Amino acid sequence: MTPELLQQVLFYLFGAIAIGSGMAVVSVKNTVYSALFLVLCFFNVAILWLLIEAEFLAIILVLVYVGAVMVLFLFVIMMLDVKKVTRSQLKSGYTKAALLIAAAMLVQLIMLFAYRLKSQLPADDLIRQGADYSNVTEIGRSIFIDYVYPFEIAAVILLVAIIAAIMLTIRKRPENKQIDASKQIHVNPADRLRMVSMDAEKGDGEES
Amino acid sequence: MFGWSELIPALPELLVLAMACVVLVVGLYSTNKSGGGFIVFLSVLTMLFAIIITAKDHVATVEFSRQLLFNGTFIRDGFGDMLKIVVYILMIAVFFYAKQSLRTNQNVRGEYFALLLFATLGCMVMISGYNFISLYLGLELVALSSYALVAYSRTDIKGNEAAMKYFILGAMASGLFLYGVSLLYGATGTLQIDEMASAIARQDNDMLMVLGLIFVLVGIAFKLGAVPFHMWLPDVYQGAPIATTTFLSSAPKIAAFALAVRILSEGMENIFDYWQPMVASLAILSIIIGNIFALQQENLKRMFAYSTISHIGFMLLGFVGGADGVAASMFYMIVYLIMAVGGFGLIMLLSTKGIEAENISDFKGLNQRNGWYAFLMLLILFSMAGIPPLVGFFAKLYVLQAIIAQGYIWLAVTAVIFAVIGAFYYLRVVKVMYFDESETDQAIDVSFDVKAILSVNALAQLGLLVILPVLFQYCIYVTQSL
Repeated sequence: MTPELLQQVLFYLFGAIAIGSGMAVVSVKNTVYSALFLVLCFFNVAILWLLIEAEFLAIILVLVYVGAVMVLFLFVIMMLDVKKVTRSQLKSGYTKAALLIAAAMLVQLIMLFAYRLKSQLPADDLIRQGADYSNVTEIGRSIFIDYVYPFEIAAVILLVAIIAAIMLTIRKRPENKQIDASKQIHVNPADRLRMVSMDAEKGDGEES
Repeated sequence: MFGWSELIPALPELLVLAMACVVLVVGLYSTNKSGGGFIVFLSVLTMLFAIIITAKDHVATVEFSRQLLFNGTFIRDGFGDMLKIVVYILMIAVFFYAKQSLRTNQNVRGEYFALLLFATLGCMVMISGYNFISLYLGLELVALSSYALVAYSRTDIKGNEAAMKYFILGAMASGLFLYGVSLLYGATGTLQIDEMASAIARQDNDMLMVLGLIFVLVGIAFKLGAVPFHMWLPDVYQGAPIATTTFLSSAPKIAAFALAVRILSEGMENIFDYWQPMVASLAILSIIIGNIFALQQENLKRMFAYSTISHIGFMLLGFVGGADGVAASMFYMIVYLIMAVGGFGLIMLLSTKGIEAENISDFKGLNQRNGWYAFLMLLILFSMAGIPPLVGFFAKLYVLQAIIAQGYIWLAVTAVIFAVIGAFYYLRVVKVMYFDESETDQAIDVSFDVKAILSVNALAQLGLLVILPVLFQYCIYVTQSL
């Protein structure tokens, strides 16, 4: 088995698993399974990236998405106590029409890509870089030089998302026992403690 | 690498971004008692400075010059400058109306104005985006801010429902747009608008490109609210707080128009034959459905929403008419949005705490209560209906001229017939205002600045007549450079 052939076999194998697990994400009834299938999908996509020698992206995908995002996701799912959805609940009057339209679109897409494959050869082979080639430098260059403007806007979008999320969820309820630091600092001792001056009294026991 | 001097064309964007952050911080110290006067002052000041910077830049550069920045992801040209100035002017009105409306509901918070400024920034990014990535990010910036603005009053169930619908449908539309962009990238190998145009010119008749175009067009039609992607518009306009509705009907529409021009007239010019029938059918469907559905609305916000759909249809008609048509569309868009902001501003005016005067019956006998406001509303409604002396008429006229010049007589005839049908619902409101008995004699109480802005806004329907030819010539001039 030549290395090229091996690579193709691996590509189709992991590609198929990625597509299969992607479909399982949306069709499985249990939400936890669904999230786990998404993890599988991410893993396979990471492997596909490894095959085209984008090691940094592959590792980041596993670290960030699988390691952080999906774990958080699973936590949230478990905390929310999501009920299992039965098949009948998913069905609505539109299911048949929706399936029909989706099938038509799928056929069209397949025809389109088949037509394109016939008319045009696929793009050039991947350019193989040497061992001293750094993925990270390339990514850094494209983010911070070529695409610095979109990158900054993406940062603004995240800021807006934070503002919106806080604005929509923070609420002051009367039953809330939240501590107001400013109120605590500004409190006047006189409001809380009353100093009463009293005459000194003689102790009872000592007199006798 | 680039130096500071290269950032100058992007100065308005930087200013708005910085001021949005300042307003966010200052907003923390404003309370309902102070009414957020200082925040509004800062926001309006930002817009005024942005007008000055943009206009100065525009005058200083040579004819038809375009500056590409940040590796071509950002463009500064005459077309963008003009649309940005319109956005700033509309936003000044929106800030004043929002202040009035939030004060009536005693719900003034700094974040509202910060989000409005961020949304303005998003509109500017869309207007001067020259790469599909920056266009898409601008789209998302506007959309995210808008979702939050619609859901602003948390206790309002209708507002929350509207925000939910808007969010889900908006996310889907963004997804479709992005899918279309990915197909276009697959077909042409670039995301840059000008490179894509030359790639399309080289490889004619590629069906993959056309499929991408369809998805992108769906995304644009959704953002504009053209039939059959209009379903969200009436629900969101009705459910959102009136201040947000005023905003939604203004700047984002300009940005969506700019998006359409950049992608269709600039990037896809060479496959005009493919998108022209699609846009024509979107346009004519919008005119028909918008006008017919508006006839049966009792809720004024909903009626204006359907009327927006019909006006968007009219604007899209211009795209069918080639280069002159785009200029006519641009003129139509500018004039219509000034009317729309004024119309929603007047609804805001009649609202009291917790109750929005959104039903047509709330306008009964407005003439008895306050003759001046009734007159302002009359001007705006007549202009929307397209009754001759007002600018609304000329906007329609220019679009029709452009498409008749291209030989689309039937499109023009249909558009005119439905515009006449549409006149009915505008005139009904006028009838209610002037000939019905008022049910309440509650005085209309607004601060002087809002009253002044509102008057200027409505009187612009007459005032713009003075500079009408100049404005239209200028629209032609800036669209030539595309």
